[in-house]
Amino acid sequence: MSDAVINSGLAAYANPARFMRLSQTLVPFFALPAVALIAYGLWLSFTAPADYQQGETVRIMFIHVPFAWLAMMTYSIMTIAALGTLVWRHPLADVAGKAALPIGAAFTALCLITGSLWGRPTWGTYWVWDARLTSVLVLFLIYLGLIAIHRAIEDKGLAARAAAIVTLVGSINLPIIKYSVQWWNTLHQPASISSLKRLANPALPPEYLWPLFTIAIGLTLLFFALHLTAMRAEIWSRKADGLSRRMARQAG
Amino acid sequence: MFNASLSVTDLSASRGGFALFESVSFNLKRGDALRVTGPNGTGKTTLLRCLAGLILPDSGAIKISGENSLHYLGHFNAMKPQLTVAENLNFWAAFDDGKSIVSALETMNLSRLKDLPFNVLSSGQKRRVALARLLLSPRQIWLLDEPTVGLDIVSSTLVEAMFSAHLANGGNVVAATHTPLGTATWQTLELQAA
Amino acid sequence: MMAALYLRDVRLGFRSGGGAMIAVLFFMSVIIMMPIAVGPDLKLLARLGPAFLWVGALLASLLGLERLFQADREDGSLDHLRLNTGIPELALMVFVKCLAHWTVTGLPLVLAVPLFGLFLNMEPPAILAAMAALAVGTPAIAFIGAVGAAAGVTLARGGLLVAIIILPVIVPVLIFGVSAANAAVDPSQAFLPPFALLSALCLFFAVTGPFAAAVFLKGIDE
Repeated sequence: MSDAVINSGLAAYANPARFMRLSQTLVPFFALPAVALIAYGLWLSFTAPADYQQGETVRIMFIHVPFAWLAMMTYSIMTIAALGTLVWRHPLADVAGKAALPIGAAFTALCLITGSLWGRPTWGTYWVWDARLTSVLVLFLIYLGLIAIHRAIEDKGLAARAAAIVTLVGSINLPIIKYSVQWWNTLHQPASISSLKRLANPALPPEYLWPLFTIAIGLTLLFFALHLTAMRAEIWSRKADGLSRRMARQAG
Repeated sequence: MFNASLSVTDLSASRGGFALFESVSFNLKRGDALRVTGPNGTGKTTLLRCLAGLILPDSGAIKISGENSLHYLGHFNAMKPQLTVAENLNFWAAFDDGKSIVSALETMNLSRLKDLPFNVLSSGQKRRVALARLLLSPRQIWLLDEPTVGLDIVSSTLVEAMFSAHLANGGNVVAATHTPLGTATWQTLELQAA
Repeated sequence: MMAALYLRDVRLGFRSGGGAMIAVLFFMSVIIMMPIAVGPDLKLLARLGPAFLWVGALLASLLGLERLFQADREDGSLDHLRLNTGIPELALMVFVKCLAHWTVTGLPLVLAVPLFGLFLNMEPPAILAAMAALAVGTPAIAFIGAVGAAAGVTLARGGLLVAIIILPVIVPVLIFGVSAANAAVDPSQAFLPPFALLSALCLFFAVTGPFAAAVFLKGIDE
């Protein structure tokens, strides 16, 4: 990693040293509001009225849906990072793509687990192989596969490029997930918030929309805090590698 | 203290149907050393591997008396790149029923490198780690294939001292090498194409 | 000495570049492919579940076996394992390497069975039976796989040889294993007889596998 400074527009942020300084100030700026919003959102979730059909279990929706949104948002960010790696060779793109993986995998796993727990009382089963669930499970598999690629390939540059290609190919999964409830006959319910037009005339009552969006925004801020921290950790880890190589050379 | 002796009579070997060397004989007593030279492809590696018991020769006899214990150092270092130097040597120490690695690290000037992953070392440093393994457990006959490849002058001197110490202790060394190892007292065997 | 070998191989397996995650990931991929291929009939999936788990575990276990000895051969460690060791001692080393390999690839598969059983709509008794059968069957696959790995270690396409050698021998393991797992699904089948036979097979392979592998390794002429 060179320390050459590039002083033009967005590329100015490519320099790792500048990124490290910037991210250090930004992380608490994201983390603290995130915790506050999530806490408030959880409180709203528990004070919202129970659904007349599903009873108390409907509250799982307030975390299940944001987890799903975050899982897909993370993958979208990884897709942009993948383009950065392959097309623009942006030095931070490799790090951004790799750092997002465990976070995205965790959100996907949480989405699947909360959905499964919600499905048991609602549909009577923990799992069905319908289009929506299967495509989200495939998303989880893609996350795990990308993590495996980084673990298996020693050369970090090569690993990043391989992972970037797989990320781009896998991005076809995102529209499949989104439209799966429309294209196929699924057990999973259709989207209640499918477009901005729908927001003006929502299918969900406001008592449900508030906790949903509060938690969603809180989790988004949390994602940025976690992602920046993970990127910093990855940059430090690469620095440590460089240091041990230098130590070997100097020891003679 | 060892009382090693290695006697080879009329050894012949071939690889893939082609005869490599024929009727090789030599006799090493306590404290003797042999330097094996010859052009590439004449079978120096095969000779060492026959002595180590890894390859069966075509004909001839190998007689090792005294304690039948060997160290073999081939072209590869037998170290895992993902483990640190210390982890690698500790494994071989445990595997060969050897002792602590501290003095071996000191002798080979590796103490400062011991916690670094093996794969960040230069090839000369890696070779020194491979040689350090020989010091972990006492074995009377050392069979070495190009032991000093990649080593600088300082390290080569270290290695020569290591060999002298082993020979003074009564052991044997058989080394295939193009570099002179400093001691004129070594026997030499020049392999020629059969 | 053997403890050191076991610990080293396990450590290598779980570090970057080792096979730990790949086997479970492959297992998961197979388990996902099956219901997509078969269709969403949940009752059918539950009935076929044990069979899918077994085939998935078998294929995933085969994945890493080729590398059992090849990594050691490539960096020269295999020479030292063969040096000065008689066949019984070499067999013990192979046994330890198989145990390490199972800890890294087989054990995670067994631990993943409850989750994958859920995907296949299996009931808890069936999942437990499958877990028990695989816990005994996956080591058997490792022990007998070592024979193929040892036979093919000097060959370039060794992996194929592993599969060809061990698949015929694995057939009884598969038969008893699926039978034991099915016992919880199908009340007309008993669990203990096939499970006992499976355990006996595992013990038998635990001895014969490493010995046969040691014979192959000792006979390497290079």
